[in-house]
Amino acid sequence: MKKILALAIAAGLAFGSSAFAQAPNFDDPEQFALQQAQLAATPQGPADMPWEQYLIDSLKDTAAMKKDGPYTVCFSNAGVNNPWRVVGFTDMTEEVKLHADIAEFIHVDAEGSDDKQIADIDDLLAGGKCSILIVSPNTTAALTPAVEKACATLPVIVFDRGVNTDCPVTFVHPVGGYGFGIQGAEFIAANVEAGGNVLMLRILPGVDVLETRYSGGKRILEEAGLNIVGAEFTDGDNAKTKSIVEDYLARGTIDAVWMDAGATAVAAIEAFQDGGYDIPVFVGEDQQDFLQTWQANGMTAIAPTYPTYQWRTAIIAAMRVLKGEAVPGPEWVLPQPAITMENLDQFVNAKMPPLHYAMCGCENMAGYPEAWGGVK
Amino acid sequence: MTDNTLPHAERKKRQLPQINPVYFVLAALIVAIILQNPAFVEPQGYMNFVKRAAPLAILAAGQLYVIVSGGFDLSVGSVITLVVVGSSMLLNNDPNATWWVIAVMFGIGAGVGLINGMVVCYLKVPSLIATLGMMITLNGVAFMWSGGSPRGYLTDSFRFFGRFNFTDLPIIKIFPVAIIVLLVLGFALYWLMHRTNLGRMIHAIGDNPRAANLAGVPVNRVRIIAFIVSSLSAVATGIMLGGFAGVSTDVGTGYELQAITAAVLGGAQLLGGRGSVPATIAGALTLTAIFTLLNFLGLPQPVRQVVQGLILIAAVAIAMYRRKHTGR
Repeated sequence: MKKILALAIAAGLAFGSSAFAQAPNFDDPEQFALQQAQLAATPQGPADMPWEQYLIDSLKDTAAMKKDGPYTVCFSNAGVNNPWRVVGFTDMTEEVKLHADIAEFIHVDAEGSDDKQIADIDDLLAGGKCSILIVSPNTTAALTPAVEKACATLPVIVFDRGVNTDCPVTFVHPVGGYGFGIQGAEFIAANVEAGGNVLMLRILPGVDVLETRYSGGKRILEEAGLNIVGAEFTDGDNAKTKSIVEDYLARGTIDAVWMDAGATAVAAIEAFQDGGYDIPVFVGEDQQDFLQTWQANGMTAIAPTYPTYQWRTAIIAAMRVLKGEAVPGPEWVLPQPAITMENLDQFVNAKMPPLHYAMCGCENMAGYPEAWGGVK
Repeated sequence: MTDNTLPHAERKKRQLPQINPVYFVLAALIVAIILQNPAFVEPQGYMNFVKRAAPLAILAAGQLYVIVSGGFDLSVGSVITLVVVGSSMLLNNDPNATWWVIAVMFGIGAGVGLINGMVVCYLKVPSLIATLGMMITLNGVAFMWSGGSPRGYLTDSFRFFGRFNFTDLPIIKIFPVAIIVLLVLGFALYWLMHRTNLGRMIHAIGDNPRAANLAGVPVNRVRIIAFIVSSLSAVATGIMLGGFAGVSTDVGTGYELQAITAAVLGGAQLLGGRGSVPATIAGALTLTAIFTLLNFLGLPQPVRQVVQGLILIAAVAIAMYRRKHTGR
């Protein structure tokens, strides 16, 4: 019994300290304005390959890091624990195949655990095989020391989520959470009259890129004079999402639904359909099931994206560094396009799985569509 | 007057607590919901409510078999996930496949229950661990099968049980198929538990396995059947949840604990020997009512979790108090 109690206290302390280790600001007017400007900026680089484009024009010289091939590219991955990461990781493995001078690609999956990822990075460093290390951190604060340690012996590229150090060669990411929130909310503001009722659906609390999506979206909706009837966490659970929307419909009209992650968008739409209501203005994401429902019902909708093509960019950045070519840095900010009613048809593809993310930049790759689970 | 007749007042005092308190809790919650949202008395309101509670009610009624026999079944949530993900892969958007896919899923469910039961009975692994292992294994199987991204949709014919509503009916206007499923399966599980020899034997081995064994109850066989019933009810739940809300890779997460909670709310005894199917179904409705009420109140998420936890503890405390004072 004493042992159990001690364990429980230890677990509580560990949980508490990680929860209160930092209180980041998720409503930063400067970042908001910066990302709003970046959404409208014209990117540098080839227009037909957004994964090679960049929005901040500052290049980092990497001549000193040049190595002779063939290379061993090591990748410490936070996890492949959701469909977004599954699509992204497939993008990445297909991109690796395009580079003949990558002799070996070592992938270690941290399965969503900070501790495992820190150990993984240690193992990769101790193995001494890696020419370069790519890190997709599980959480920001916890992985910072591990990344700093790796920087001391290797060139490091971070992507997707950030770390609190500028030692990596570059940090590859799309515009960001504020941008995502802004795109959806601006669309609602343009399509719903002031005073209209907006339901905000959030996936889960406490993740920086999701918190900023919410604060960015909320700011725009409030400025447009819209009435936010509720902001609910769905836990990414379809059944819970549908129940929440049904309950709100029982209480009054909803003119628009804003979402910080679109995986449950179809369940939310079905709540309107099954109750016999018109589908209101909707914000989803670039998942096939949502895009197809949108097209089939002729909805007024938008799909902001957090493009999975950034997984390709990480490999491209790594290869440029190893060859001593300049890369955008210290941040490689990728464009973050939204799928709109004008270009929806380009992205709908019934032969891809329902949870496939359309903004993968993968259509011209050799393994498409089978590698992503699609059929020809 | 003889000595063994209770005084009138005391006899009266004992009448009331013999009704399971879960029904009072449920009634109070429903009144609170109606006060919050008068639209709930419309058919659309309460029919939707029962429809939403139906999968959990069936799951909890199945779980009750294992609980009464003295065990836990933690694998049911992963069975749900496997059913939804596996069905979407097997259906491959072909409505004609619906029936054989459903049959295959029940086959898988029976297999899972059989393995759970045999591991518990013959390898002597405690049910908590055996089914925890099964839960992790099945989640892995679902992930391997789909690669994390299921390939198909669930067809409309598959989703019929969880999603379809009969509309334009006189008086009640709307009648979800899910409620019919709940009535049929709920009655079947009630009958099996409270009107057959099997139900009596499940109670007996949960109360005292040694005594049951001496009395000639085939303990292992009965225990295995309890696990199979639980797994099959999880398959039915998976079909209804997939129908209600569509494909997702973590539909079943957390359902095992909700099902156990619903059974406990209904007065089931966690170490076995006591439990009632109707009260468990009422427990599932109660749990869903708590979620719905908190939705309607519009409280912030953290406050909601605090309230939810307190209501649960209070409801079970009432059940315990009643048991102590009535011996039932």
